[in-house]
Amino acid sequence: MKPEIILVLTPSNPPRIVPALKEHFVVHPLAIGDDMARTAARLGGNVRALVTTTQAGADAPLIDALPKLEIIVCSSGHVDTVDRATARKRGIAVTNAPGISAPDVADFAIAHLMAVAREISKCEDFVRSGRWTSGLMPLSTRVSGKTLGIVGMGEIGRIVARRAEGLDMTVCYHEPEKMPDVSYRYFDDVIELARHVDFLSLHCRAEPATRHLVDRAVLKALGPQGILVNMARGVVVDEDALIEALESGGIAGAGLDVFENEPHVPERLRALTNVVLSPHQGAFTEEAKADMLEMALANLRAHFAGQALISPVL
Amino acid sequence: MKPDILLVEDISTALPILELLEPHYTVHVLPEDSEVPAAVAGRIRALVTTTNKGVDGALIDALPNLEMIANAGAHLDRIDLAAARARAIPVTYTPGISVAEVADLAFALLLSAARLTCEGDRYVRAGRWHDGMLRFGIRVNRKRLGIVGLGRIGRVVAKRARGFAMEVHYHEPNEMTDVAYRYHADLIELAGAVDFLVVTCTSGPETDGLINGRVLSALGSGGVLVNMARRAVDEAALIDALENGVIAGAALDTFAHEPRVPDALTTMENVVLQAHMGTKTWETKRAFAARTAANLDAHFAGAPLPDPVP
Repeated sequence: MKPEIILVLTPSNPPRIVPALKEHFVVHPLAIGDDMARTAARLGGNVRALVTTTQAGADAPLIDALPKLEIIVCSSGHVDTVDRATARKRGIAVTNAPGISAPDVADFAIAHLMAVAREISKCEDFVRSGRWTSGLMPLSTRVSGKTLGIVGMGEIGRIVARRAEGLDMTVCYHEPEKMPDVSYRYFDDVIELARHVDFLSLHCRAEPATRHLVDRAVLKALGPQGILVNMARGVVVDEDALIEALESGGIAGAGLDVFENEPHVPERLRALTNVVLSPHQGAFTEEAKADMLEMALANLRAHFAGQALISPVL
Repeated sequence: MKPDILLVEDISTALPILELLEPHYTVHVLPEDSEVPAAVAGRIRALVTTTNKGVDGALIDALPNLEMIANAGAHLDRIDLAAARARAIPVTYTPGISVAEVADLAFALLLSAARLTCEGDRYVRAGRWHDGMLRFGIRVNRKRLGIVGLGRIGRVVAKRARGFAMEVHYHEPNEMTDVAYRYHADLIELAGAVDFLVVTCTSGPETDGLINGRVLSALGSGGVLVNMARRAVDEAALIDALENGVIAGAALDTFAHEPRVPDALTTMENVVLQAHMGTKTWETKRAFAARTAANLDAHFAGAPLPDPVP
């Protein structure tokens, strides 16, 4: 008999994958929303696996609504939104899809840096609104050959550094500890790093030590020509301080894919012309989506075949 | 006494050059669409112009004591070189300065078009994030990039692409012996072999409309086109391809009839449109100005010109 599973439908778990899943499982699609737990409870007590995403997650009420749940498969890189404490208590396995999106997030960091420095979004608006026929775009800022500071030299930060080398940039980095296998110049102090570089790109984890790591003092050190790129988490930057710096010319611009209170983006930020904003889409490529789904399926098959999971978190 | 020089005003290029020249020269600015006052014409010993403005034979003839022409830019097609040569007036220019700038923008536009940077920006600003999720973009890294025109700019684009672990292919009339990238003698074959096509060839009669409907069909429905070469793309064929999903998207820094951009493009979501911004950075403009001033200074010091037009 085919095991029963719940598939939480999101843009990265689209309904069109259901037929492929149905070959191996009895699939209960579940729409993302407020009453997921109630709907899940109604879908039956025989559900053994939950396929979700970072966006939808799996909170305690949802997990508790499924008494026979054995595994939560998160088909994206982060399991921040899965209540792992509740899963652990019940001995439920959790898997994610690591390593797939790092190159895409790194690409997007460079895309943002270049879009801010070369004023691509602003110029787009200029052309689309017909202003080119009667006016001129101001000059923008060169990217290649400049100095890039990377905060967080993990998997993504290292790839960003490689991209930056192709742009003839000098790379420096900050980590709590100097990394023995990294030859770029190390700064133990973020303020010193910010003072030294033209552009600052954030790729650290969100944890208590990195909360508001980029604050007023760091932005001041980055300076009026400086550009900040945040691909990490909103909480790493003091958003109020950032808005003030952007409004007053304290820094030149920012490329932001993450925000303190997503999907809420402050009105003052949305009104600025020296920022490029995006809806946490660093990992959003069709190719990454396909790769993640494939890994999710591989984890599901391994679980029900009694084999070792491909990418267990718990 | 300071030599008198004539600076052809070019509002659109807006070079920060006056402050470099004024300490050493008596600078006469020639406003756009005007003629040199007769009282000044005889005193002018050097003329400073831009790629955009150039200088015609009539202006050269109007300056009887002209000793040199300094072009702040890399292109000479609007300068009457024959008229200058007839009077043995040397011409200087500023080649090579904006190569990295144009290549950077070409690559930045590829990233913007593939990863929907501008679309995402509009989406967030319009407050639409609350209602759902943006569509997914196209991965750039580890893909195949086709470069049409592997000149100085094309080669820098190739270098940027290597940082993204891309496989670089190119088309030129002849294979280049000093590069290891994959050569395609046939442009349609190149378009069929790659995910993205970046056009960086020189714009001229031999490349007019080079990127036509057949090339776009070969690029295919997942493909993205980036155009940095003014008239190399058949604009009508491109609009048709974008409207009908023949290709996935495009990023365009140049248009057939600038600054006019067809409405068909400005209302389309899957394009990124720029106002011919390839060279428009502060760094480039400062370098253009500094090199131009250096050529003037050399001339009046009797030293060899750093950048004479060959």
